[in-house]
Amino acid sequence: MSDSSRVRPGSTLEIRDLRVAVGDKEILRGVNLTVKAGETHAIMGPNGSGKSTLAYAIAGHPKYTVTGGQVLLDGADLLEMSVDERARAGLFLAMQYPVEVPGVSVSNFLRSAVTSVRGEAPKLRQFAKDLKTGMDALSIDAAFAQRNLNEGFSGGEKKRHEILQLELLKPKIAVLDETDSGLDVDALRVVSEGINRFRASGDTGVLLITHYTRILRYVKPDFVHVFAGGRIVEQGGPELADRLEAEGYEAYVKASA
Amino acid sequence: MGLETASAPLSTLHRKTSYDVADFAVPTGREEEWRFTPLSRLRGLHTGAPASGAVTVQVDAADEVVVETVGRDDRRLGRAYVPADRISAQAYTSFEKATILTVPREAVASRPTVITVNGTGAGAAYGHTLVRVEPMATAVVVLDHRGSAVYADNVEYVVGEGATLKVVSLQDWADDAVHVSHHHALLGKDATFRSFVVTLGGDLVRLSPSVSYTGPGGDADLTGLYFVDAGQHLEHRLLVDHSRPNCRSNVVYKGALQGDGAHAVWIGDVIIRVEAEGTDTYELNRNLLLTDGARADSVPNLEILTGEVAGAGHASASGRLDDEHIFYLQARGIPFEEARRLVIRGFFAQLLEKIELDELRERVFAKVEAELEK
Repeated sequence: MSDSSRVRPGSTLEIRDLRVAVGDKEILRGVNLTVKAGETHAIMGPNGSGKSTLAYAIAGHPKYTVTGGQVLLDGADLLEMSVDERARAGLFLAMQYPVEVPGVSVSNFLRSAVTSVRGEAPKLRQFAKDLKTGMDALSIDAAFAQRNLNEGFSGGEKKRHEILQLELLKPKIAVLDETDSGLDVDALRVVSEGINRFRASGDTGVLLITHYTRILRYVKPDFVHVFAGGRIVEQGGPELADRLEAEGYEAYVKASA
Repeated sequence: MGLETASAPLSTLHRKTSYDVADFAVPTGREEEWRFTPLSRLRGLHTGAPASGAVTVQVDAADEVVVETVGRDDRRLGRAYVPADRISAQAYTSFEKATILTVPREAVASRPTVITVNGTGAGAAYGHTLVRVEPMATAVVVLDHRGSAVYADNVEYVVGEGATLKVVSLQDWADDAVHVSHHHALLGKDATFRSFVVTLGGDLVRLSPSVSYTGPGGDADLTGLYFVDAGQHLEHRLLVDHSRPNCRSNVVYKGALQGDGAHAVWIGDVIIRVEAEGTDTYELNRNLLLTDGARADSVPNLEILTGEVAGAGHASASGRLDDEHIFYLQARGIPFEEARRLVIRGFFAQLLEKIELDELRERVFAKVEAELEK
């Protein structure tokens, strides 16, 4: 992957007192979090705690209504931007359940995405080379590029494809929503290596949302946040993940109920 | 596979057929077969409008194909198909010259034969076309409709034993055109028929493709694509009549609609008669409603009279663009308008791939792209 000019060192994602509702129901109740370039933050929490809502609200999914707070990327208000503007500003969301889009080929999709994010069409030869390098690194079969987007992909293929996009689009901040769910050990390793390549430059930030500690053995976090009842209820270093592994979320679920 | 019987069974089994327009009452709009069609926009095709318009028919044929222009008395005409409604009978009663294409036995046409039907006037015009593909022969025929016309016609495809006919019918009319047409394919033993219908232009187009079989092993694939703009009425009425054992039919029609008063109608009738054991049939219609004010009526209707089918099913769905598709593409930086275009293009992509003629596929693709720019 040759193009590193887009990534500016020192990017920061600031989430300030973020409140989000779905319909009449408030899901996020004041989330505060700052992710800086070079940092990896893990957000862990039980099902239904609002982890995915955080991810989708930052990305701008129309189902979620922001009722308060701010999300800033290098000072620019993401909440004022359309979904595609946020992506072009340098935000990436790896989805838990990437949708199937019939009739749109992977290669066509990736070229359109890269063109949009870079602001100009990539040179075909360079793009083909980058694509092949990225696919090889993630053990994705070459025939994959001609298939329809996510159509008939296995769970593992979908996740590897999300990471392929991450590596091609080179965002400033990546939000990974349960990228580890549904992966067998081999796929988890391949996907984790991809995430590690992405963060190796040191000038990108990662917000890794997960239910399980398993992926944190491959992708070492700098900070761990426990999410419950729509807000962060505890923060710590990697050792917090070990404690969650041993004790589970029960104490937090009770406390937030 | 879900088998479903129509709520009004056997409706199509006993329908009236006749060459004589006088045998059909003038439709009022209350009849089942006319209830979706805006009769006031037919410009009199259903009330006996005299032939006063101008439609020219040009044929650019492959060397192997024999082209004839014949009078009403040619005995080969009307043998595969008997009109089943008033406008079809009106066309049969009123045409003056018919075009006959013959692909001789075992001949393989070296290139597509293109029939260009060009409308140059506002008065009613009537036509008749017969395509005869003799046993073991193979041909591709393109019907290209353009210009302004008020036109009713019947097209007969007679596909002989072991023969293959691929037809593309392009309704690329001007905005004010009215076209009512029946296309009937009669398939011999082991015959293969591929139909690709593309309807884009015209104020009102009502096209009724039908298929019947004279022997076992017949294989029909009917594909359709339409794009309905504001005020347009585009109607496709399909009928596959399985009366012989071990035949196959597959119907896939997809359309997109945008703008006020855009109206698509799709009727898909399939009959599997008692003697048609081993039939394998499937029909699908999908409509993509791109704006408010557009309307799609989709009525699949499967009548099964034998218990011994290899497969029978139908599906119909009309809906809007999927927000999740658009979100996914936008979340990768692709602007909304481009995301929308990609998804709609994808919706039609698998159909377009079925057009084997590169030039024609490109033309249809370009037309669809142009519709998306509107």
